Amino acid sequence: MNPFSSGTRLRDMIRAIRACKTAAEERAVVRKECAAIRAAISENDQDYRHRNLAKLMFIHMLGYPTHFGQMECLKLIASPGFPEKRIGYLGLMLLLDERQEVLMLVTNSIKQDLSHTNQYIVGLALCALGNICSAEMARDLAPEVERLLQFRDPNIRKKAALCSIRIVKKVPDLAENFINPAASLLKEKHHGVLLTGIQLCTDLCNISAEALEYFRKKCTDGLVKVLKDVANSPYAPEYDVSGIADPFLHIKLLKLLRVLGQGDADASDSMNDILAQVATKTESNKNAGNAILYECVSTIMTIEENGGLRVLAVNILGRFLSSRDNNIRYVALNMLMKAIALDSQAVQRHRATILECVKDSDASIRKRALELVYLLVNESNVKSLTKELIDYLEISDPEFKGDLTAKICSIVEKFSPEKIWYIDQMLKVLPKAGNYVKDEVWHALIVVITNASDLHGYIVRSLYRELQTAGEQETLVRVAVWCIGEYGEMLVGNAGMLNQEDPITVTESDAVDVIETAIKCHSLDLATRAMCLMALLKLSSRFPSCSQRINDTIIHYKESLVLELQQRAIEFNYIIEKHQNIRSALVERMPVLDEATYSGRRAGSVPAAVSTSQGAPLNLPNGVAKPTAAPLVDLLDLSSDEVSAPSSSGGDFLHDLFGVDLPPASSQPGGNHAQKSGTDVLLDLLSIGTPLAQSTSMADMLSSGDENKSPADILDKLGSPSGPPSQASPPVGSSSMMDLLDGFGPVSSVPENNGPTYPSLVAFESSSLRVTFNFSKQPGNPQTTYVEAQFVNKSPNAYSNFVFQAAVPKFLQLHLDPASSNTLPASGNGSITQKLRLKNSQHGKKSLVMRIRIGYKINDKDVLEEGQVNNFPRDL
Amino acid sequence: MGIRFILMVNKQGQTRLAQYYEYLTLEERRALEGEIVRKCLARTEQQCSFVEHRNYKIVYRRYASLFFLVGVDNEENELAILEFIHLLVETMDRHFGNVCELDVMFHLEKAHFMLEEMVMNGCIVETSKANILSPIQLMDKAS
Repeated sequence: MNPFSSGTRLRDMIRAIRACKTAAEERAVVRKECAAIRAAISENDQDYRHRNLAKLMFIHMLGYPTHFGQMECLKLIASPGFPEKRIGYLGLMLLLDERQEVLMLVTNSIKQDLSHTNQYIVGLALCALGNICSAEMARDLAPEVERLLQFRDPNIRKKAALCSIRIVKKVPDLAENFINPAASLLKEKHHGVLLTGIQLCTDLCNISAEALEYFRKKCTDGLVKVLKDVANSPYAPEYDVSGIADPFLHIKLLKLLRVLGQGDADASDSMNDILAQVATKTESNKNAGNAILYECVSTIMTIEENGGLRVLAVNILGRFLSSRDNNIRYVALNMLMKAIALDSQAVQRHRATILECVKDSDASIRKRALELVYLLVNESNVKSLTKELIDYLEISDPEFKGDLTAKICSIVEKFSPEKIWYIDQMLKVLPKAGNYVKDEVWHALIVVITNASDLHGYIVRSLYRELQTAGEQETLVRVAVWCIGEYGEMLVGNAGMLNQEDPITVTESDAVDVIETAIKCHSLDLATRAMCLMALLKLSSRFPSCSQRINDTIIHYKESLVLELQQRAIEFNYIIEKHQNIRSALVERMPVLDEATYSGRRAGSVPAAVSTSQGAPLNLPNGVAKPTAAPLVDLLDLSSDEVSAPSSSGGDFLHDLFGVDLPPASSQPGGNHAQKSGTDVLLDLLSIGTPLAQSTSMADMLSSGDENKSPADILDKLGSPSGPPSQASPPVGSSSMMDLLDGFGPVSSVPENNGPTYPSLVAFESSSLRVTFNFSKQPGNPQTTYVEAQFVNKSPNAYSNFVFQAAVPKFLQLHLDPASSNTLPASGNGSITQKLRLKNSQHGKKSLVMRIRIGYKINDKDVLEEGQVNNFPRDL
Repeated sequence: MGIRFILMVNKQGQTRLAQYYEYLTLEERRALEGEIVRKCLARTEQQCSFVEHRNYKIVYRRYASLFFLVGVDNEENELAILEFIHLLVETMDRHFGNVCELDVMFHLEKAHFMLEEMVMNGCIVETSKANILSPIQLMDKAS
């Protein structure tokens, strides 16, 4: 017999498929079968329909597409014989799902079947409905299902109950109809009906608050009684599982009681006895018993406070924890995480066991235990816990190390009692698992280090020691190199020795050695080596005796094939050789980084933003600065057009400090934009080799940073809005930088005029007020005009509460910045300036026009002046 | 809700029975099955039977050459699901008599019928073996 005719029996097809040795063979067999089935379908072959469908289901399970069989299911369902119907419904459930439109065609068949005389067929229809009905079907057939909830046959009732669950979920409005029938189901004797009835009630409570109330009032006592009966029932062979009568029913009852008792004191009270009974009497040497206990504990934890019961629950959990069965321990750990919220004292008692679990061989248990430990940490036990965790870090698996490191770092950060302890712990973690430490963590560490000025000497010496032994841990090298660069003289001079330190002699050339080793080490990545170069520069200033040697090393890297290193080397070399006088000012100590701002930034940042804030170097128009800029960043963030900052929502400003993206596109577009703590920002200042456009954009950044809204922005002081945008007033901190800027003569006085200039315009003039507009445009952006409005008071009285408003027609977009002040001194002794941005979508076709309104108070009288500005230059 | 899917997989990773209670496309299913099966088959006997995957849990148990995997929501009682798996196996055993993998393969539709009687829409319907098997036995007698 040809095995591929549609007459094949299912088992023969299965045998044929099993006999295939390769996937290609299997595909061939399946394809032939599908072809045969399709042929049979188109011929409307009655006899083998159900066999074909069975084959289709098998093929579907293997993962091949079988949608051509869907209509077959429908035909089978519509046929009168039971086997055909059975297969048809099965096929329906497997091959179709609620999103297919074909499902609508079935509604009628199902409706008829629901009223069939044969109760098995009714059951089939209910089953199908319960598994895949869509919202429309649910609405149509809900009344039928309701009726069936009171059918004489318990099997039908139980199926109808589950079907109702789906209906209620799909169409929550129908929930009210089912409340009463559901309540009556709870009085059943048949376990199956009871089980599903309880399930229905639980779901109704979750969906509708009024159902919850109803059940709480009417049914709680009834349920307690049912649970008592089940718990005390004699041996019932049918529902018995290893000595316990119907554990599933127990569990479902406990779940419903949990829902009812949560938040309601009365209901909780009525449950206390039975819960105590279940908790104490259930045998726990079998899995079924443990399952019940687990559910019981869960319920006790969720309902209203009852001290005795809680103690009982925690004891049970303690017993679970020491069980040898991994499953039980896992479950206990899970539960303890919830218990901690309620009674952390009790859980603390089990701390030792939990710590053991962190070291368990089972990955799931380890993970749970670690999370639990994290929740357990508080000020009193943080030191011992951290010690244990760090000890374990050394021997843990690589997959686990990442998680463990992250948790240790956050514990240490949150709970460290004093700085020195924090730094010590990090110094222990870095050599062991430095590669797993995330960037934000070591950035935070650096912030703390800069703040702990009395510990600088200690820190740099410890790092030096660690570096000798663990020079391959990336993060350790970075932190160490940075510190040695910054605090090099303390290392050599043994400054700031703490009592517990052993003296260590480090000469200047030792320090330089260490950094040179790091930079030569090829297993370290680019960012680290770049940082090493920077550190060398710093040391060349701090250790003048080694300056020549350092210079030689740097010269060596001028020929490096890696762009970043080459660029740095060239620039640093230039500084060392030609700019001796400013070198020391350049590499002065970093200012203390503000912890509060930093932790605020971190808290506000999206976690993912930290390392993904790179993206491609964006070419943003000038003036579109990042909205949540940290003050220090804007200050230093001079070449920032391409810096990742805009895409980092608040993120890691320190990482901008370590200036990840490379200097802007003038050198290379889309260059090296992986996460690197590359260009030290100071470098941008010294972009000596780059063209003037770079410096212009630098000044632009400083000034157009005004557009930046952040009130706390230092930049507000920097680019003072009252002055014309081209003058950058001395910034707070880092005065050396601005001095440098002054030194580069042409740079600082380059006005923000990078486009065609327009004459300024007297927009409005009255006897008491004159408004002047100054225009500028971006070279590449003809549609946008930046206007600076200047208001001068012509009267002898000062104006207060000065407000300028403007309205533009639809083809223009207007953006107003805050004014420099709202008090206008008299007789032109001062002026208020305000910036506007106008975008003309009809640029070239229509010129700008604007209605303005000015309001102010003069001698406590309110005055309003209005006007229209028509005389804008044509080509704006 | 509750149970999301039930899978029976042999030691080579071939699916012998798959019942999903939530909608997934074919590619998603294959990807899911591949991932989960790899994870579960790699675990040893001593490790616990619960695996966390994405936003739900997998409870699994091995009986001879078949792995039974049940994907459940995070709130579900895992120990109860273990009991359920055992109940399923016992039911099939009662019907087929010393059930083995081949029985499931060649009588796939019967296995499905049984499962359908036990679980509907992700919730456990019936836990009494007699009640589960009676419609199936009736059908066998009738045909």
